[in-house]
Amino acid sequence: MNLNALRAFVVKELHHILRDRQTLTVLLMMPLVQVILFGYALRSDVRDIRMAIVDPTPDNATLELQSRFLSTMRFRIVATGQSTDIIEPLFRRDKADVALVFDPDFASHLRGTEPARLLIAIDASDPNTGTTYLNYTRAVIQAYQAELSAGSNQVRIVTETRMRFNPTLESVNLFVPGLIALVLVLVSALMTAISLSREKERGTMEVLLVSPLRPQQIIVGKVLPYLVLAFANVLTALLAAWAVFHVPFRGSVVLLLLESILYTLVSLALGVLVAAKTASQRAAMLTAMLATMLPNALLSGMIFPIASMPRWLLPVTYVVPARWFIVIARGIMLKGVGLGILWRETLVLSAMALLLLVAAMRSFKPRME
Amino acid sequence: MTAAAQINGFAIDAQNLTRRFGSFIAVDHITFDVKTGEVFGFLGANGAGKTTAIKMLVGLLAPSEGVAHVAGFDVHSQREQIRRNIGYMSQRFSLYADLTVRENIRLYGGIYGLPPAHIEERTKLMLDTLGLATNADDLVGKLPLGWKQKLAFSVALLHEPKIVFLDEPTGGVDPITRRQFWELIYAAAARGTTVFVTTHYMDEAEYCDRISIMVDGKIAALGTPTELKERFGADSVDDVFVRLARGAKKGEAA
Amino acid sequence: MSNAVELRSLSKSFEKVKALDDVSFDVAEGELFGLVGPDGAGKTTLFRILTTLLVPDKGSATVCGLDVVKDLWAIRSRVGYMPGGFALYPDLSVAENLEFFAAVFGTTVEKGYELIAPIYRQIEPFKDRRAEALSGGMKQKLALSCALVHRPDILLLDEPTTGVDAVSRREFWDQLGNLKASGLTIVVSTPYMDEALRCDRVALIHSGKILEIDPPGAVGRRYPLPLLSVTGGERFELLRALREFPEAHAVYLFGDELHYTDKRAEVSAQAIAAEVQEYLAQRGHTDAQVAPISAGIEDSFMELMGGAPPPTAAAA
Repeated sequence: MNLNALRAFVVKELHHILRDRQTLTVLLMMPLVQVILFGYALRSDVRDIRMAIVDPTPDNATLELQSRFLSTMRFRIVATGQSTDIIEPLFRRDKADVALVFDPDFASHLRGTEPARLLIAIDASDPNTGTTYLNYTRAVIQAYQAELSAGSNQVRIVTETRMRFNPTLESVNLFVPGLIALVLVLVSALMTAISLSREKERGTMEVLLVSPLRPQQIIVGKVLPYLVLAFANVLTALLAAWAVFHVPFRGSVVLLLLESILYTLVSLALGVLVAAKTASQRAAMLTAMLATMLPNALLSGMIFPIASMPRWLLPVTYVVPARWFIVIARGIMLKGVGLGILWRETLVLSAMALLLLVAAMRSFKPRME
Repeated sequence: MTAAAQINGFAIDAQNLTRRFGSFIAVDHITFDVKTGEVFGFLGANGAGKTTAIKMLVGLLAPSEGVAHVAGFDVHSQREQIRRNIGYMSQRFSLYADLTVRENIRLYGGIYGLPPAHIEERTKLMLDTLGLATNADDLVGKLPLGWKQKLAFSVALLHEPKIVFLDEPTGGVDPITRRQFWELIYAAAARGTTVFVTTHYMDEAEYCDRISIMVDGKIAALGTPTELKERFGADSVDDVFVRLARGAKKGEAA
Repeated sequence: MSNAVELRSLSKSFEKVKALDDVSFDVAEGELFGLVGPDGAGKTTLFRILTTLLVPDKGSATVCGLDVVKDLWAIRSRVGYMPGGFALYPDLSVAENLEFFAAVFGTTVEKGYELIAPIYRQIEPFKDRRAEALSGGMKQKLALSCALVHRPDILLLDEPTTGVDAVSRREFWDQLGNLKASGLTIVVSTPYMDEALRCDRVALIHSGKILEIDPPGAVGRRYPLPLLSVTGGERFELLRALREFPEAHAVYLFGDELHYTDKRAEVSAQAIAAEVQEYLAQRGHTDAQVAPISAGIEDSFMELMGGAPPPTAAAA
């Protein structure tokens, strides 16, 4: 492509972006706001927490604590045993959410000076509810401890927590990759669709089409600046996650950024496709929302685990780009794995990008009909 | 004529009406009046301050200075009454393209609080007058431009306003329809409605009883087309207009 | 002389609407050619076919000797096109708009400056102002500069004077005259009949059909019926009275006059004028002045679009 024209395009598009202060502010703040909102808000309330008790030496004190749990009306004791062996099968068959393991010396230590030990094991396969279970459990124990301490002697109950299936995962950690996916789709697909359809509405597309530029060149020129903006958004989201929620970053930043670019290309191509098929800005915006944001939010595993989706829905999730990107991003950020593990997902995304980019180029006719 | 409610038989009477935007004076102490039942042409170059002046008169913009009465009501304090007593038709956005002819009429009748029976009656009359009876259930967006404009004008008159403001009502319309439109204007004026109209067609300026020409926020000329032509020794209003507006540079620099 | 544009039996429909119906004409190189007609006449469709944006259903069209269907890309680098409504970026400044379109057409403002200078210099003092803050006349000048900056062989202007005041319109036509003098072929459309006078030839277009093509001075000569100008007195009353005259063919408002067309092509205009004068006097319009006149473009346009069949007898 004529480099001058490309440069002119990028400069012009950046002007559009930078001069629409309101939209720009929204776009730049979005990752920040979303990370914070999702991080705090997506902790669902739970009732009917199924609790298993492992109490090697039942005693008044341990029974007292158990009854405290029952009296909250939130907990239900589903099994009681003397050995920790009972926990694993219960969790595996999804019969229990929380297991409370008393130290054999719990009761005697409670009366003495040494700390009384408790182990809380949580099924955290869904990290949101897992965190909630833990918080409720701790609250009951703390209330009990405070009550005892109100008497003569100081009581110390020391709890230890095991988040099963998701050892250190907090909900935020799992959400950040999903959020990046969402923000990228929003900026790339939605904004590209809007900016292209705006050219149509203003009549400027007519002049661009009549120019010697090929439609593909027009698309590259329109899309490049949004790639830059999307990139800035990835950085913001990561920074916010790291600074506010201390989300760990175990893998290669470079790899993650490269994968983000790949995923952005997919979204940009979708945006171009949407713009080509819609007649007005409003239609383009709604279509882009419907076609990209919703499936990316709901069918990607970001909010609802894919494993828990009905079987017939599974094939649908395979065509949702964010599904693959989220696996990649979680893998890199949380597990620290690289392409050796994630090559398959990367390949799928690359294929999608290629396919959609070709489709987008073709959808953009050199004429008005 | 229905001059009863109006001061001194004037439908519009403006004195030193002024509007500033920061340091820029869009409308600069304009003084003029429009008589009841008159067809008044409000001309001016792009950026001369026409739109700002109209917005003040219809109560959409508060004047920075000066006084004006429209249909006998004060533009500062009685905007509600003004709006109830005027009709307004802009070139493009008067009617809803995605509603049918009948639905548009019903909507505007409803907006102005006309009783349903009255709306029905007026609708029938209007459709017959315009020759649109067979198109009553067509979407307005599908009508030819000239029909749309005539319909929009009739809808603006639906609540029998004392004054109707027409902002370039005939832009892009074919010459026959344009003339039919002006005959509708004359018919309305003959019934006592005051017509305040802007246009870029200079031959249409000749159709007006009186015209004013705005240049740089001021009224540079005011009178009947014949008077103005004599005063400037010009053949047509077009010549008068060009002579007055050519010297104007401020509008462009605004 | 070769032709810059050649149209042969061009037709184009959108769903049921015939936007262009069997349109044929040529535009000579260096000609200033006007397409005059109201909105919806088919002017924009015609421009879009000439600029290769639309493909005709039937017929053929060439621009600079190139076929609008086959030679898509060759045509695109040679035309300057200004669509209706000034296609500019409102959030870009005057200079930014011009620079962008120059780059898109593979050139720079410097290279095109000589050609656009007479127009662009008038808005250059405001080159840092955003296009949205320009008056209609300035937008028009900027859009024309943008269409010219790559020095096209032919200029296609779709309603460049719509929404622009009379002064800017005159200036614009002066500029078109200068461009024509420099050898550029220009095809321009307008709904304003009076602007047709500035063209070498005009095509009157209505409902997708070409009604007539002639030099503007010749258009009125083909007017088939006697035409009178009537002035004086209360215009609306006069109009009604004339409409009721049994021999009236058409009566229209016309500036500060009324134009009256009589049905009888065989009777002299002088005789009819006397007759009409007498009729008006009987109706109480004693101060009315009636005089035969020759028809202008607008008279012809209305007669042609009115569809009243011209009498076959003496259509002198």
